Order: sequence, then C-alpha cells, then structure tokens
Amino acid sequence: MADWFTAEEWTAIALSLKVAAWATLVSLPPGVAVAWLLARRPFPGRILLDGLVHLPLVLPPVVTGYILLILFGRQGPLGRLLAEIGIVLAFNWTGAVLACAVMAFPLLVRAIRLSLEAVDTRLEQAAGTLGAPPWAVFATVTLPLALPGVVAGAILCFAKALGEFGATITFVSNIPGVTQTLPSAIYSHLQVPGGDGPALRLTLVSAAIAIIALVASELLARRVRRRVEGADA
Amino acid sequence: MLDLDLTYRRGDFTLAARFSTKLGLTAITGPSGAGKTTLLNLIAGLLRPTTGHIRLDGTALKDMPPHRRRIGYVFQEARLFPHLSVRQNLRYGRLFAPAPAPATLAEITDLLDIGPLLDRRPRDLSGGERQRVAIGRALLAAPRLILLDEPLAALDAARKAELLPYLARLHDQMRLPMLYVTHHPTELRGLAESWLRVEGGVAAPAPAPDQ
Repeated sequence: MADWFTAEEWTAIALSLKVAAWATLVSLPPGVAVAWLLARRPFPGRILLDGLVHLPLVLPPVVTGYILLILFGRQGPLGRLLAEIGIVLAFNWTGAVLACAVMAFPLLVRAIRLSLEAVDTRLEQAAGTLGAPPWAVFATVTLPLALPGVVAGAILCFAKALGEFGATITFVSNIPGVTQTLPSAIYSHLQVPGGDGPALRLTLVSAAIAIIALVASELLARRVRRRVEGADA
Repeated sequence: MLDLDLTYRRGDFTLAARFSTKLGLTAITGPSGAGKTTLLNLIAGLLRPTTGHIRLDGTALKDMPPHRRRIGYVFQEARLFPHLSVRQNLRYGRLFAPAPAPATLAEITDLLDIGPLLDRRPRDLSGGERQRVAIGRALLAAPRLILLDEPLAALDAARKAELLPYLARLHDQMRLPMLYVTHHPTELRGLAESWLRVEGGVAAPAPAPDQ
C-alpha cells in the first residue's frame, strides 16, 4: 500500500488529516457555545449571530479565504497581533486549520444546535429542582443527551475540513509539504500534463474518507433519535 | 412552613394565591386549567410571580433560583433522566444536597419497593414504577418541602391502587410538608391534613370535600 502513493502524496494525505483533526478540535468548544446560545438563549442580535455563523456556507470560499488573508495575513490587523506572540497563520499549516475551521463551523453548529434543541427542557427543570446549578444541569443532563449529535457534528466538521479547498488555497496557498492538503494536491496534479492518474488516486482517497465520515455521522444521528424517543414521555 | 401571598399574570390568565401550610399533607384540588400546576411551578421557582412573596421556613424564595430552594418536585410525567440508570437517577440529587437526606438510599428503596429496579433504565419501567423512582429521587435530594403534581394521573386504577400505599407510608414516615395536586380527592381521604382549592383564578384554603 505504501508504494501506491509518492512521498509528496503521503505528505498531503497526512497533512490533510492533521489539519482536519485540529480544525475539529479547535472548533468544538466555540461550536458548542454558539449552538447553545442559538438553541437556548433568546437575545437581541441572535439572527445576526446566526447569519454570521452561516456566512461561510453562502460566501464563495475564495471570498472567505481572502477575508482571512486581509484579517490574519502578515499585514492584517489580527495577523500582526498574533505574530507578536509568535503565531503565524498565513502560508502556514496553522492557517489551513483556521480556514478549514471557519468553513466547517456552520455544519458543526447546525448539528449541535439540532441535538441541543431535541433535549427535553423539562428534564433540565427536573435537574434544577434536585439542586443542580445551571452549569451542572448542562454537564450532567443537556450535554450527555445531546452528545451523539455533538459527535455527529464533529465528524461532519472533520469531513468538511478534509475537503476544504477554496478558502485554504486563497489564505495559505499550495506549498507542498507545508500547506498542500489533499484537494490542493489534486488540483496541482490536474495542472500538469499526465497528472490524471495521481489525481484520480487521491480523489478515491478523498471519497473513501468522506464516505466513512458521513456513514459514521448518520449512524450516530440515528442513536440520537432513538435516545430522544426512549425518553419517558 | 410555607407561607405565600402572590399574584401571577400571563396574558389573560391570572392566579392569586394566599395561604400558609404546616407539616403534613396539603391537598390541592380544582378544575382542569385553573392553575394547580402553575401554583406548584411558582413555588418550585420554575415560574416567577408577578407580585407578592413566597416564604419557606422564614426564607424568602421569590428571587431564589430553583436549585437553591430545596423543594422536591414529583412531576406528572416522572421526568426521570433517560440516560441514567434508576440508581443514578436516585443518587442525582445527592450530588448537590447540602443536608443529609431524610433517609438513606437503602431505606428509600425499601420504602418504595424499588430495590429490584436499581440497575434498569427508566424506559424499561412501568408508569407506577417510574413514579415511585421519581418520588425516591426527590426525597434523596433532602428537600424541605415536596410538591406532587397528580402523581397518579397517568396510571390506571390498578396501578393507582398499587401506588397509594406507598404514598401513605411516605406520609407516615417522612416528617416532610407535602403539597399534593389531585383531581380525585377520594385518593387522599385520611391522608390530607388540610385542603386548598384553586378555582376562578384564586388559590385559597378550603374545607375538606364531603365525599
């Protein structure tokens, strides 16, 4: 199996997995927080936050990538701040993590929000009458009941991050070994004559990973449904 | 002792309640939709009164969140946590209770006869079993007052007859004030020390029904 791919292709596959894993890990805490705000806390500006979260889903990825470049590039206001504490995102794999996280965030928030909304608030009330303060209600009732949805959202986020191309290539370019992820590698192969073979191989890899992630996500979503229906009515 | 004098308004619905209760069981009756559950929710802190006060043993409850009130609540639909076993449900309140429970887990499982159910999940219990577990869960949280909202409503006649002796035992063994909402005053004959009636937007003490 090792000689199916060149060293450069292995690097791209490994980098893609690394970027997607980090993007998922980094987005999870804010994803849960934003989903909870949207699901449970009516506040002025909720529609605005909802819109902002979903923006990357609607904007052309190249626009999202360009916005990230403006904000987090070496000359960007946030990029300069981060550079002072030694964090460089532009043209670096960490930048690919940010681009993928931003692009996958709407999917993550959506899945978590749906599962939070499915949690019966009457159970949360019951926990309150048993003496549990709000944070404990969230930790012992809300989150465990929503957990399969959180996991499903994380897997979706991972799959989306794995396939992200437009924003990533705009923000961090396509540097082999540094920022060249699977889609960028496929794109590079297609730019040269005779690259169809390698491109097709990597395409199959992408498809395989995506299908595995989606099936896992669907199986978990079913568990949520069963669990909610199993709750005492 | 529970002492309250409050009004609650929401849209066209108003409820004015003024009474105090002592130890023992207070039965709450009244037609459907009159606000019996609303009254319990106000006492538990799940709803906020528009005006007035609620005091329990001298502490003002009105601005206190539900989790600090230490008021046990047995809901009409049990509301057991579906992701926890019966044992974990029973122990849930122990995590937060500042005082020892009126009885140990073993005593409560004995009293309510739920020992064989401890390792089951709520979804595998019958309606009557669920209510018994819900009562045990509320007791183990060491409440100062227990609210029961038609705990027998979801049960058929046979299950009701099965649960009633437990309620009687509970009443005899736990020195806890209880507020008990019921549609069927006969259930509580011989158990209730005092009666409240909720009707026409007013909750007030009432004589015991004749039947």
